[in-house]
Amino acid sequence: MVISIASGKGGTGKTSVAVSLALSLGTCQFLDCDVEEPNASLFLRPSIDRKISVGTLEPWIDESKCSHCGECSSICAYHAIAAFEKNVLLFPALCHGCGGCILVCPEKAIAEGKRNIGVIEEGKSNSIAFIQGILNIGEHMATPVIKDMKRLVRKDMHVIIDSPPGTSCPVVESIKGSDFVLLVTEPTPFGLNDLKLAVDVVRELKIPFGVVINCDGIGDDRVKEYCQKENIPLLLSIPWSREIAEAYSRGIPAVEARPDLKEIFRSLFQEITRITESKRDYDVQLGACR
Amino acid sequence: MKQLTVISGKGGTGKTTITAAFAHLADNPVIADCDVDAADLHLILSPQLVKQEPFYGGQLAWIDKERCNQCGICEQECRFEAIQAMEVSPIACEGCGVCAYICPEKAISMKKRLTGNWFISDTRDGPMVHAKLGIAAENSGKLVSMVRQQAKDIAEKEKKNLVLIDGPPGIGCPVIASIGGVDLVLAVTEPTLSGLHDLKRILEVANHFNIPAMVCVNKCDINPENTRVIEHYCKEKGIPIAGRIPFNPTVTKAMMNVLSVVEYPCGEVTEEIKRVWRKVEEYLFAEPDTANAANIP
Repeated sequence: MVISIASGKGGTGKTSVAVSLALSLGTCQFLDCDVEEPNASLFLRPSIDRKISVGTLEPWIDESKCSHCGECSSICAYHAIAAFEKNVLLFPALCHGCGGCILVCPEKAIAEGKRNIGVIEEGKSNSIAFIQGILNIGEHMATPVIKDMKRLVRKDMHVIIDSPPGTSCPVVESIKGSDFVLLVTEPTPFGLNDLKLAVDVVRELKIPFGVVINCDGIGDDRVKEYCQKENIPLLLSIPWSREIAEAYSRGIPAVEARPDLKEIFRSLFQEITRITESKRDYDVQLGACR
Repeated sequence: MKQLTVISGKGGTGKTTITAAFAHLADNPVIADCDVDAADLHLILSPQLVKQEPFYGGQLAWIDKERCNQCGICEQECRFEAIQAMEVSPIACEGCGVCAYICPEKAISMKKRLTGNWFISDTRDGPMVHAKLGIAAENSGKLVSMVRQQAKDIAEKEKKNLVLIDGPPGIGCPVIASIGGVDLVLAVTEPTLSGLHDLKRILEVANHFNIPAMVCVNKCDINPENTRVIEHYCKEKGIPIAGRIPFNPTVTKAMMNVLSVVEYPCGEVTEEIKRVWRKVEEYLFAEPDTANAANIP
């Protein structure tokens, strides 16, 4: 089973929940898909034994063949190529790697090169198979790194995906294909507002999901009321505790600071399994009806 | 006119709380919420909508099924795996137009794609430009640029002296769009290993684009030792510390009362944020002479 941990708002405790869930399972694969600011390794402290460079297409122009017709510049939807009468300017950071320029060039003057934009690191933390992506400083696009990471998702064990915050393309790339999404929020107006946005995204992707309230007690009950009204399973509330917050600040996972939480995270996993299985049964029944 | 962006790398460190306080403390600001995929500033500033505009952030392939002969060339050539069995996935399609170009039957056309909305509003602290990215949409960087452009236009027209920008978390496309060409970024961090790790990366990004930075440590007493590590790091890099804000649960109460922490008393938090603002203001609006004088050893 693949479980993604996401949230609209940043800093609600995605990494904390993802790491605690992984440690409670013991054996699993862990993907830190927050490639802009990956933090899970600070808690899991894996030994890294393989690094894979992530590249994206970079067009190479053979000026001796170029007739300066400007076709490459006109097809490029991202303004990554500007063709002038005497030369062609490339803006590699804007290139999405669609390959359009190579297809249209009548002189076959454009070749496909690769430009490094980040790295994927693979390793182990006890019996957790660990993978993290790191986007290079100054790069715009996180999705190609996440896409390459997702190809490494294993079928022979449970997979925990730590997603980036927000609701845009890197989040979609991280959580798509998951069997379940856990949305972590906090009981504040910001937490509620961003939870609603995240719910819109998982509903759009048609993935079953549930909510974890972190730092319960710091705000009000509006998140709980919202979940009830929308029929969203509220799977876990973690009360705010200075002990957990201070452990977090030192890179100590919640389940290590408070070993009693391990059992709670195991039950959370069982509840998720139950929800996804009953959904599968429901889909099968639906299929039979048709 | 000056531009200031509040950023953090790590989410949830207090960017929006600080931006809302600055909006109240600044003399004459235009406020821009550039966290377009999870905007929260409106929850404090209660904007009154003046104008709403759709945002077309890209294109989407559309297949005319009457013309399509199902040759499958589009599916082969699409590098985003966005076409499967004659259907375009709006989530996967990046609007490059390769399919439309390659289709031998000319059955594919590119349609303008609504990827969000942007708004101009009035708030008690001045005009505000904000936006909402569509569900699971892309091109948030372009929408950020649009919000910034609108804010800048208002600042010029209404002779405002500051565009105050609430930035998104992370270091990628919307962040780069939020900080390009600003006069100063204020990086808000927290004394956790994650906070420090993410601060280093966002400061490298600011440095990469040659943008001056200041740092503010929020919830500094959660881990005083890490606060010292952060301050030491900043000192080594020559980055000024604008302030250290203690942890105080009253900050959440201010948020629930739809007020900034300078309108709802939060004790030392309120006082320290005022001091942080004075430092930022001093940096932004110092007379060129005094600024130079400060550099003479």
